[in-house]
Amino acid sequence: MTDTALQSKGPRRLGRFSVVLRDVISRPSGAIGLTLVLGHIILALISPWLVTYDFKSMDSSLILEAPSAEHWLGSDHLGRDILSRVLQGGRIALLVTGIATPIALLWGGMTGILLGLVGGRVDEVVMRVVDAFLSIPGVLPLLVLVTIFGTGNEVMVPTLAFFYGIPVIRVIRAATHDVVARDFVLAARARGHSRLSIVWRELLPNVRDAMLVEGAMRWSWMLLAFSSLSFLGFGVAPPTPDWGVMIADARAYMPLAPWGVLAPVIALSSLIIGINLTADALAKAMGIDRARKAVV
Amino acid sequence: MARPIIDIRDLSIGFTGRTGKTLPVLRNVDLTVRRGESIGIVGESGSGKSTLALASMGFLKQGLRVIGGSVCFNGEDMFARKRSELEAIRGGQLGLIPQNSGQSLTPTMRIGAQMAEALELHCTLGKDAYHARIIDLLGQVRLPDPEAIFIRYPHELSGGQQQRVAIAMALAGEPDALLLDEPTTGLDVTTQAHILELLRDLARDRNMAMIYVSHDLGVIARVCERVMVMYAGEAVLQGPTAEVLKDPAHPYARGLLASIPRLCDTHLPVALDGRPPPPGGGGAGCAFAARCALVVDQCQAERPALMGAGNGSQARCFRHADAHTLAAGGTGADPLHHRSDGQPALSLDDVSISYASHGFLDRLFGGAAKDIPTVDDISITVASGETLGLVGESGSGKSTILKAVAGLLPPAGGQIAVGEGNALPTMVEQRRPQQLRRIQMIFQNPDDSLNPRHTVAEILAQPLRLYDGLSGQALTERSVEILETVRLGAHYMDRLPGQLSGGEKQRVAIARAFAAEPEIVLCDEITSALDVSVQAAMLELLNDFKKMKDTTYVFVSHDLAVVRALSDRVAVLYQGRLCEIGPTEKVYGNQSHPYTSVLLNAVLEPDPDVAPTLMAEDVVELSPPSTGCPFQRRCTRKQGVTCENETPPWRETGGGHAIRCHIPLEDLGGD
Repeated sequence: MTDTALQSKGPRRLGRFSVVLRDVISRPSGAIGLTLVLGHIILALISPWLVTYDFKSMDSSLILEAPSAEHWLGSDHLGRDILSRVLQGGRIALLVTGIATPIALLWGGMTGILLGLVGGRVDEVVMRVVDAFLSIPGVLPLLVLVTIFGTGNEVMVPTLAFFYGIPVIRVIRAATHDVVARDFVLAARARGHSRLSIVWRELLPNVRDAMLVEGAMRWSWMLLAFSSLSFLGFGVAPPTPDWGVMIADARAYMPLAPWGVLAPVIALSSLIIGINLTADALAKAMGIDRARKAVV
Repeated sequence: MARPIIDIRDLSIGFTGRTGKTLPVLRNVDLTVRRGESIGIVGESGSGKSTLALASMGFLKQGLRVIGGSVCFNGEDMFARKRSELEAIRGGQLGLIPQNSGQSLTPTMRIGAQMAEALELHCTLGKDAYHARIIDLLGQVRLPDPEAIFIRYPHELSGGQQQRVAIAMALAGEPDALLLDEPTTGLDVTTQAHILELLRDLARDRNMAMIYVSHDLGVIARVCERVMVMYAGEAVLQGPTAEVLKDPAHPYARGLLASIPRLCDTHLPVALDGRPPPPGGGGAGCAFAARCALVVDQCQAERPALMGAGNGSQARCFRHADAHTLAAGGTGADPLHHRSDGQPALSLDDVSISYASHGFLDRLFGGAAKDIPTVDDISITVASGETLGLVGESGSGKSTILKAVAGLLPPAGGQIAVGEGNALPTMVEQRRPQQLRRIQMIFQNPDDSLNPRHTVAEILAQPLRLYDGLSGQALTERSVEILETVRLGAHYMDRLPGQLSGGEKQRVAIARAFAAEPEIVLCDEITSALDVSVQAAMLELLNDFKKMKDTTYVFVSHDLAVVRALSDRVAVLYQGRLCEIGPTEKVYGNQSHPYTSVLLNAVLEPDPDVAPTLMAEDVVELSPPSTGCPFQRRCTRKQGVTCENETPPWRETGGGHAIRCHIPLEDLGGD
């Protein structure tokens, strides 16, 4: 076999990443979702150069002012520029959840894979603990931890990462179970590959997709929880702007100044809807949703 | 002549491809079925046979649409009807019996309740008459003790019994026509033979029309009077079953027949080269032109119509008159046979394997029943270069034995040795790389045994890296070399398993096994997930490797004809115990174990003149008896209490052939 034969293999297979990306973009849900998510991320990154007002500075002449050429989204009950505050709120929400989501995926995913591989009694016991955690309404344990340890980001990130890693365990364990039962894992064992190599080569590529989609879902839930906490007054401390805090504050003035509620609500929901749409398109593009593909 | 019940005219069905073009999966098919007629539709996967069958009940899979033609049931157009009307017909006048009834029965409902649902939809009886009617229906499908079946759940029934329940359900609406979609595929040969007899009798007694879809010409030969052969969405040959099977007038049908291994033929079956065109990819001419030995210019340019080919059959072929020049069987290569007295390559010594695990309660009360091993008392020596066939029905422990040899299951007793050497460690984790590489295994379903996320290059690299430490250019070159021995080119290296056909996938799996340069290759039902023409190619490939490398095979299959084609020696297993072992021609000869006779007699051959003989009861045993002969409960020649209490002796007939039975050799049939 010579090089010429190796080169004559025709068009190269596109990398899986680009194939999946193309598929995601070609779907309406994927295109809209990805635009929303990327838009939010870009805005968060460049907002320090966009806003001209300090989000903390109050101006008594501007209290509950309607949107104008100077203050595009109006101002709140303390006379602060809402646009600046919404943008700054997005930065904080994305920063906290952006760090917490990968941590949640990592520890949840690793625990899930381990449990799926080990099985038996350890698996049984740990999964019952997981069930117990999942049976508690989401915000309650968060509230407890936040009231004990405070509301700084150094508390929020590990707290969110811990609680949102737990559902990941369940999903990844199930995915691992499915893969481990298949013959290619058995074939690798029969050849005598080490356990680590089987996990790395045979298992991971097959649970990666489930993990990615699960990560997107957890991210959107985490954003909602983060804002809920602030809304309830347990999250980010004022005067730092957060969407939850902003909604809570502006709620009282809604008949007078609806823009104060609308702006953070639209920001939060567009991001969460964007993430969900992207996750949906991603799942379809990667064939996790198999029923649709089986036809052709 | 009576009006046809199902009348399909010039039906074309297709879907819209990625490029926006309409791609046909069914092209200009005509089919008429009258009362009392049974028509078989045969074809390989992707030939459109299931699409045709489902279309005849006005159903299309998602994404498909009718491009042209019509489907009439009792004179009315099915695709013009409203959904509610269709629902009344389906299950009522037109019954469907699907392939896997175990999956079509609701697991949480008792059989009686499920059947009552079917009655509620499609019959006029009062509720109080249901019970009697259901018991009657269950009796009609010859289920023993219908009252007991009535209160069972589907999982408590065997596959054959589930299939009978599905048939009873289809009969509930007193149908005019039955649609059968591979109803016996996946069942054991003995069960299959019983179900087919039942279907024949039902169709005759009730004067029903039947459309029977199958990939198995043997089954069609048994049940249908007329047969239609499908290829790439077209009917390429149709006519009376006897004529079509004896002297088919289409080159594809002849190739298909030649690729089926036969019990009476010692040659390897002949593989059909190439693969069918994808939907819409056939070009202007005949869809089979690219694979046809008789192809002429006209075939490439013009699509043939169905034309009369004598004996009441019609062929879609310009050269049907010359088709008989092509062989339809018996011309395959001779398999390489080997003496079985050479150096031992693999020996199993009194191996037993047990799946039973004691639960928490058993240990708490210490009262677990005596453990009966799933596989017991297996002593076999396979000589170097020999092929040993392991046959038996599902649950006979044949795959279990292979897994124990591969070190994937710990045996409860006995030892497994390779070559002249010492016993192998029981588990794969304790074996040394040099011991591991000597034994390689090929699995049943390549969809499952190849990692869907790995390219062919990565798949082949695994054993080469592990055993030979190859990397870089050397690894690539060696991989390509191995790919070429399984007749796949270097351009396959970058493909994922999802981009390959079933046969190509199994070639890659075979290549991966041989990349390790093994001495012993364990084949676990490696052809049962493939089409017959592809199966023949796999058998040829294994035979080639045997010629090149003198490989020793242990070949497990439920298909006796496939085992016959390749094996030097055959071992027959029942309930994890050996019944008979010996040279292939002896085991398939006249003198054999009662169980072997049952198996051999139940095999269906694509020959309308040969009928299977039903010898044993169609029951499935869940555990072997604790003492005596494993076959005692089903044996028609049981010798009283001796068979229940005493383990039967091995009786040698000479030439290495031994039968384990209490019946004296003279009475087991002579040569």
